[in-house]
Amino acid sequence: MKFITFSGPPSCGKTSVILRLGEVLKESFGVVKFDCFTSFDSRIYDKAGIPNQTGISGTLCPDHFFVSNIDACLKWGERNRLLLLISESAGLCNRCSPHIQNIPAVCVIDVLSGVGAPQKIGPMLKLADIVVITKGDLVSQAEREVFALHTIRANPRAEIYAVNGLTGQGIFALAAALKRRCVPVGAEPLRLRFSMPAAICSYCFGETQVGSRYSTGTIKQMRFTDQDQGERL
Amino acid sequence: MNDLLHTPLGRLWDKSPFVADFFAETELAAPDKALTFAEYVQRMDQFQFADCGMSAEQLMEYFTAYIQRLEAIGRKENKEIKSLTILGGRGKSGCPELSEFTVRSGEIACVVGPTGSGKSRLLEDIEYLAQGDTPTGRRILLNGSEPEPHMRWAAEDKPVAQLSQNMNFIMDLSVRDFLMQHAESRLLPENTRQSLVQNVIACANTLTGEPFSDGALITTLSGGQSRALMIADTAILSASPIVLIDEIENAGVDRVLALNMLVKKDKLVFAATHDPLIAMAGTKRIVLNNGGIQRVISPEKAERDNISCLSSIDQKLMRLRALVRAGRQIDFNLEEYFSPQKTDIENFSIYFNEKGEEK
Ligand SMILES: Nc1nc2c(ncn2[C@@H]2O[C@H](COP(=O)(O)OP(=O)(O)O)[C@@H](O)[C@H]2O)c(=O)[nH]1
Ligand SMILES: [Mg+2]
Repeated sequence: MKFITFSGPPSCGKTSVILRLGEVLKESFGVVKFDCFTSFDSRIYDKAGIPNQTGISGTLCPDHFFVSNIDACLKWGERNRLLLLISESAGLCNRCSPHIQNIPAVCVIDVLSGVGAPQKIGPMLKLADIVVITKGDLVSQAEREVFALHTIRANPRAEIYAVNGLTGQGIFALAAALKRRCVPVGAEPLRLRFSMPAAICSYCFGETQVGSRYSTGTIKQMRFTDQDQGERL
Repeated sequence: MNDLLHTPLGRLWDKSPFVADFFAETELAAPDKALTFAEYVQRMDQFQFADCGMSAEQLMEYFTAYIQRLEAIGRKENKEIKSLTILGGRGKSGCPELSEFTVRSGEIACVVGPTGSGKSRLLEDIEYLAQGDTPTGRRILLNGSEPEPHMRWAAEDKPVAQLSQNMNFIMDLSVRDFLMQHAESRLLPENTRQSLVQNVIACANTLTGEPFSDGALITTLSGGQSRALMIADTAILSASPIVLIDEIENAGVDRVLALNMLVKKDKLVFAATHDPLIAMAGTKRIVLNNGGIQRVISPEKAERDNISCLSSIDQKLMRLRALVRAGRQIDFNLEEYFSPQKTDIENFSIYFNEKGEEK
């Protein structure tokens, strides 16, 4: 079975692009969807006849939740004889979105998020192999070009594709790129491309009181321009 | 050995503006310029790596790719595309379509046919530079041969620009700042940007009946003004030699002038349209039916001769729009106004000045 991770901010068009991909890929594939609170994507995938599972992270960091469940997801895919598994996750803190070595990592962003967005997104976009830009049908040629350049600046290693999530324009180029990159998941353990941000502080353990006396563990102090540099404690 | 990683940053700094950009955009601490980038990365601690979310190796890859890709864009010369050839595939029912035809730069190919006949699919095949790998099986050749693969996937090398009715401006910028951003994103030499921007604004204003100033916010422009700005910007500031237009009719812009503006910049234009004026202004007309190309018409003299009549009616209509906009009444004799003998508008000088603008 092959595996592809799709990440991107909420409502950027991940589900739409995956559906369009489904229309041109000949292989049987399934989707695992990760979200924080609720997700309605399962209905959409059901309707399209695509086998799918949903993982709700609830109180946990969604990306940590994602990583700790990938193995189980792959097993689900194997059990159901899928040839391709796609994960959809919302990359909620814009910080980690766990890309995995040798697994094609696709990051979806939409042009409506503003030209500064690519640089604000962080490793989810910076370490992706493929960046898909959606909703180009709604803005001018100039804005598409400016947005593409900002995307290149944020991830100069990436292949960048413009895809229309509604009509599927551009989907063939993306499908071909994924085909080129996909290799079946081997037996050896998967590795993250970069360690996830540390988040073990007193608040992770349920502290509710605010103030420096109560903040312990891995914390970082903010830096103010009228004072000396912030410190790591 | 990678020179970018092993040359002192100070020296790279003087050679390439992108080195300073790199440090500004990544929020990495300003480097000691005597160090090479490899040495700089070596001196970073685990927290600094964690903050940028990359390992030493990833950072070095990122730095190298950043400088190389942006320099390549800055160096890029507009590749001339003199011709685009469509090798026919098949229509929806699987029957073969017209086998082959070529459109040359400076030509306008109009794409016509009923809704659902495959106009958008044809434009998509052109945009994707299809090589028999789309449902139609069409192949697109540039300058007579198969395009280089990077033209199909590298965002900065895509030779195709698109304009359609649904496109709107979303940036919160004045016309001038917006165009400057576009010029910057092309990484054009700084001393040329200003004049290009002024040129775009001047050209856009010739296309619309309602001129706008360079300080106007792009999001507040009217439909006609927006369309005019998009067309002039695509003609002058976009690097793409091929322009696809999807149904920009009734937009309050002078369409014939707009098409000519693109053609003068040696663009190769494909326009999907139902608009007789655009269709007649085209040098080729591709007729689609049931997903396939049925035939290609080259307009004959009789049709070309009709353009001036239709164009004059169109301009007269645009002036009527201007009057409505200005809160005036259209209380004069319209039959006389539209009569073909009246190619000028002298008789209506109480309404319009000699340039055709409303008084
Ligand atoms: N106009 C336009 N709308 C799109 C495009 N892609 C997605 N959408 C719409 O954007 C909304 C969010 O898309 P969805 O795929 O659910 O986003 P997700 O949350 O990232 O999975 C939906 O209403 C889609 O129809 C696109 O390319 N163009
Ligand atoms: Mg979704």
